[in-house]
Amino acid sequence: MSQSLFEKIGGTAAVDAAVDVFYRKVLSDERISDFFDAVDMERQAAKQKAFLTMALGGPNNYSGADMRRGHAHLVARGLNDAHFDAVMENLAATLQELNVPAELIAEAAAICESTRNDVLGR
Amino acid sequence: MYEINYSGRAVACTENETVLECLLRNGIEHPHSCRNGSCQTCMVQAVAGSVPQQASAPLKPSLREQGYFLPCICHPQDNLDIRPVAIMERLQVAVTGIKSLGRNLVQVKLQRPEGFAYRPGQFINLFRDDNISRCYSLASHPHHEDELVLHVRRLPHGRVSGWIHDELSQGDKIEVSGPLGDSFYVVDDQQQPLMLIGTGTGLAPLYGIIRDALHHGHTGPIHLYHGARDAADLYLGEELQRLQAEYGHFHYVPCVSGQASGDRYAAGRALDVALQRHPQLKGWRVFLCGNPEMVKLARKRAFMAGAAMQDIYADAFTVSA
Ligand SMILES: Cc1cc2nc3c(=O)[nH]c(=O)nc-3n(C[C@H](O)[C@H](O)[C@H](O)COP(=O)(O)OP(=O)(O)OC[C@H]3O[C@@H](n4cnc5c(N)ncnc54)[C@H](O)[C@@H]3O)c2cc1C
Ligand code: HEM
Ligand code: FES
Repeated sequence: MSQSLFEKIGGTAAVDAAVDVFYRKVLSDERISDFFDAVDMERQAAKQKAFLTMALGGPNNYSGADMRRGHAHLVARGLNDAHFDAVMENLAATLQELNVPAELIAEAAAICESTRNDVLGR
Repeated sequence: MYEINYSGRAVACTENETVLECLLRNGIEHPHSCRNGSCQTCMVQAVAGSVPQQASAPLKPSLREQGYFLPCICHPQDNLDIRPVAIMERLQVAVTGIKSLGRNLVQVKLQRPEGFAYRPGQFINLFRDDNISRCYSLASHPHHEDELVLHVRRLPHGRVSGWIHDELSQGDKIEVSGPLGDSFYVVDDQQQPLMLIGTGTGLAPLYGIIRDALHHGHTGPIHLYHGARDAADLYLGEELQRLQAEYGHFHYVPCVSGQASGDRYAAGRALDVALQRHPQLKGWRVFLCGNPEMVKLARKRAFMAGAAMQDIYADAFTVSA
């Protein structure tokens, strides 16, 4: 059996290590920080973890419809492709900082890309 | 839109409100106090429907498994059948002393009930009567004081703080809950620098935490920034100065954000002064207590300054009204 991306990256421990780094990047990225600012930080941290687990191919229960529903209020506030790209960039930069090999980062990017239309409500 | 059935009464919960907000909006007088998932006063049991994991996260696993959750932090994702429960432990204690600590501020001493094991910095629910309770932090340290010590600020027209100031007296018997909350000192990395920022009576838990760290022989630097708008609302200055003289690695900085602070106090809000002097908090442990707006902002700024999320402990003193 070949290992999944999630296992190759290091599983839950890797996600835990990535959460702070990723969230700090997102909050200091002016292109997207507004989407995250208003919300309660502790709740947000749990959601970042959910996001990273999913982006890294880990076990999750989110369907495409959930992604649609979960981001609909953000789409209503103007969430678009540029924001989506910014999140992808921050994810890649986070994984680089944690010394994840380039081919695994590309795998994660592909997983995220597959959710684009749902996240953006198209 | 989800339907909440509260002991037979059905109400509709809108997109942006918590279950507690929904109950109150519909005139259901459900007991509550902190509104932020700390005090457990609002706890209910779900008899049908699935509860978001977040809403029961602060509870003990045994309660969680029985469907208990906190409606003040529950944004429903399902229709819920809930019923009020009264399972909070209530202990009768005698008031052993009340004295003024400053303007609109009293120290309340309570007899410590048998077997009451707490960590300095935790808080209790103090009951005015069967229906009204409020959270007060424990400023005492079991090694230094036999009693439980609280610092209570009088709020204008405050139902419980006013009652404590005006009516409570030595010898009275009142009811309190067991200790709650997870903002306290844990013996881990003894060399880790500690940053404590508090406004107003946010000093109460911090005073307990500082003495606990010192009691456990913490060797890393310990920085306390205590803030108020007026110097008259700072308190415990002498005790803290004495502690500073005794322990070279404890640093106390009283801050006044209003005008005319002179040179006895740092000028500015405690959070601003602290971060100006320590812009880098990577590797620090951070404690934040007091005004909810300050706590919220400080959590973010401490995190952005490099503190890890799990190293940030906070008690927001939200008021119930
Ligand atoms: C974890 C935690 C720890 C805490 N620790 C401490 C502590 O150590 N020391 C301390 O002093 N406090 C502490 N608090 C705050 C404390 O629990 C109470 O919230 C506080 O004492 C006020 O309670 P009260 O009953 O006097 O005021 P309430 O009656 O609840 O009123 C609160 C404020 O709202 C106003 N108000 C009331 N009704 C209305 C209305 N209808 N419209 C507009 N305004 C209204 C009142 O004038 C008052 O200023 C803590 C809170 C939490 C959550
Ligand atoms: C790359 C694809 C994305 C995936 C896989 C993803 C995934 C998720 C997941 C799993 C959650 C948690 C949902 C929950 O448990 O409630 C979430 C929430 C959230 N996402 Fe995304 N997301 C993506 C893109 C984005 C983008 C581009 C933005 C904005 C720039 C964004 C902003 C948010 C916000 C603000 C929340 C929290 C919403 C709330 O608090 O209600 N997401 N996302
Ligand atoms: S836990 Fe819900 S009101 Fe305090």
